[in-house]
Amino acid sequence: MQQLITTVLTGLTLGAVYAAFALALVLIWRATRIVNFAQAPMAMITTYIALVLIDAGMSYWVGFAAALVSGLVLGALVERFVIRHLTGKSEINAVILTLGLFIVIHALAALIFGARYRSFPAPFGLRGFQVGDTTIALTGFGVFTILSVVGVMVLLVLLFRGTDVGLRMRASAFNQEMARLLGVRVGRMLTLGWALAAVVGSLSGLLIAGGGLVHPSYMDGVVVYGFVAAVLGGLDSPPGAVAGGVILGLSLSLVSGYVGSELVPLASLVILMAVLLVRPGGLFAQVRERRV
Amino acid sequence: MLTVDDLTASYGPVTALDGVSFEAPRGEITAVLGANGAGKTTLLRTVSGLIRPTRGTARLGEHDLTSVPTERMAELGLAHVPEGRGVITELTVEENLRLGALGRGRRGPADLDRAYALFPILAERRGRSAHVLSGGERQMLVIARALLAAPSVLLLDEPSLGLAPRIVAQIFDLLRSLVESDGLTVLLVEQNARSALSIADRGVVLNLGRVVVRDTAAALAGDDALRHAYLGF
Ligand SMILES: Nc1ncnc2c1ncn2[C@@H]1O[C@H](COP(=O)(O)OP(=O)(O)OP(=O)(O)O)[C@@H](O)[C@H]1O
Ligand SMILES: [Mg+2]
Repeated sequence: MQQLITTVLTGLTLGAVYAAFALALVLIWRATRIVNFAQAPMAMITTYIALVLIDAGMSYWVGFAAALVSGLVLGALVERFVIRHLTGKSEINAVILTLGLFIVIHALAALIFGARYRSFPAPFGLRGFQVGDTTIALTGFGVFTILSVVGVMVLLVLLFRGTDVGLRMRASAFNQEMARLLGVRVGRMLTLGWALAAVVGSLSGLLIAGGGLVHPSYMDGVVVYGFVAAVLGGLDSPPGAVAGGVILGLSLSLVSGYVGSELVPLASLVILMAVLLVRPGGLFAQVRERRV
Repeated sequence: MLTVDDLTASYGPVTALDGVSFEAPRGEITAVLGANGAGKTTLLRTVSGLIRPTRGTARLGEHDLTSVPTERMAELGLAHVPEGRGVITELTVEENLRLGALGRGRRGPADLDRAYALFPILAERRGRSAHVLSGGERQMLVIARALLAAPSVLLLDEPSLGLAPRIVAQIFDLLRSLVESDGLTVLLVEQNARSALSIADRGVVLNLGRVVVRDTAAALAGDDALRHAYLGF
């Protein structure tokens, strides 16, 4: 019982982090049909920006805010000056380009920040809460992680469902030509979409780094898990990405707790393949006509 | 008034529009007629900037539309209902309509209600995903959405496609009244030349990308040889 609770709580926290990363991938996929492989190093760079500020004596929250803002700017710049030039070219170009960005950002980070491991702080403490005389596997930082991802999800839903900008963004993502004819500045909406995605990506970078070590490659492992979570959710749906992240986090935590932690990467690939075989549209796909 | 002058456009080696010139006066319906592949859709898409011409202009007031980005057309008062596929199926019926209302008209709930009064079937489906709509309902939705943008020029590409005759008559009546009361300019592409000419003021007949004849609707409908050769009725 004790172990099950521990496993579930660890899984939820982990799942929240995967969910944030998956959300970033999904926002971009939906808007531009690109899997942004550069999401991980972009989040790594913004986490380093936070680290530099914190190491210079500023509070965690100043660093946190700076990371999110620089994510916003970086996302917008990448869309405007790199991705925009791909419009109308083949999809493989986009894949190569984001992989190229991946390498470039990595190299830059190693150059600017050095390749050594540096520890990153976490707010609200990393000690498990005390219930009676047992310590459970939920930390203050874990609660913050879960709440911040839920908060981001709620804000995104409000933005997309409840505002005119959100409506314009969705129209641009689904049908660029019709959106243009209706007066939507599609280019701006795509820039905004990349910027928002990069903010969410930066959040996942901060959450993964919290209480751990930062290094130019520290985000790379998350790409696989975030991608699997996004596919679980159908790649197209932000709530699906969050659900996919949580399901993946829980499953991997169960594997790690009851089978063996060395099997976790393998398990994530097995889950990915199972989903692709059984429900290629993601776990939550409804049967619906594809536009031909 | 919409003035098209020497408009020429091609898809790679295929010239789909070849020196097309005509005027669509304010407060009139101009029918664009011709067989399949005549270039009607290409003409509308070139006017709204989706295709850039290799030559010629399309002027609306002091603006040369051939150098205006498509997303600014709505602001200039131009609305384009494309052939098929205009509905954004991932959005709800109401969201599609709201999107039309976001344009220069900045129209509110009262205007949405008027659109619903016009097409009650849309009101019944307002909260549903637009992808559940039938072909005819989609057609109503795109027309209602275009009107919500408060256009001064309306480009319609086969609006009657898939609609029951009664609904077609209703839409044509609506167009007629908007043309007469608000001075709306309409460019109406129709496969069904007979019904188009019955509400149009004038017509342009295209064949292989060229203008065959421009005249009043009555004259076109009365020209037997032309009707047999190009209009198929
Ligand atoms: N995307 C395209 N690529 C290449 N050729 C095209 C394209 N679209 C249209 N064409 C060609 O351009 C010509 C004019 O096509 P267009 O769609 O304008 O005709 P239309 O008058 O609208 O026909 P319909 O009544 O069938 O809708 C045709 O010969 C067509 O084959
Ligand atoms: Mg056509």
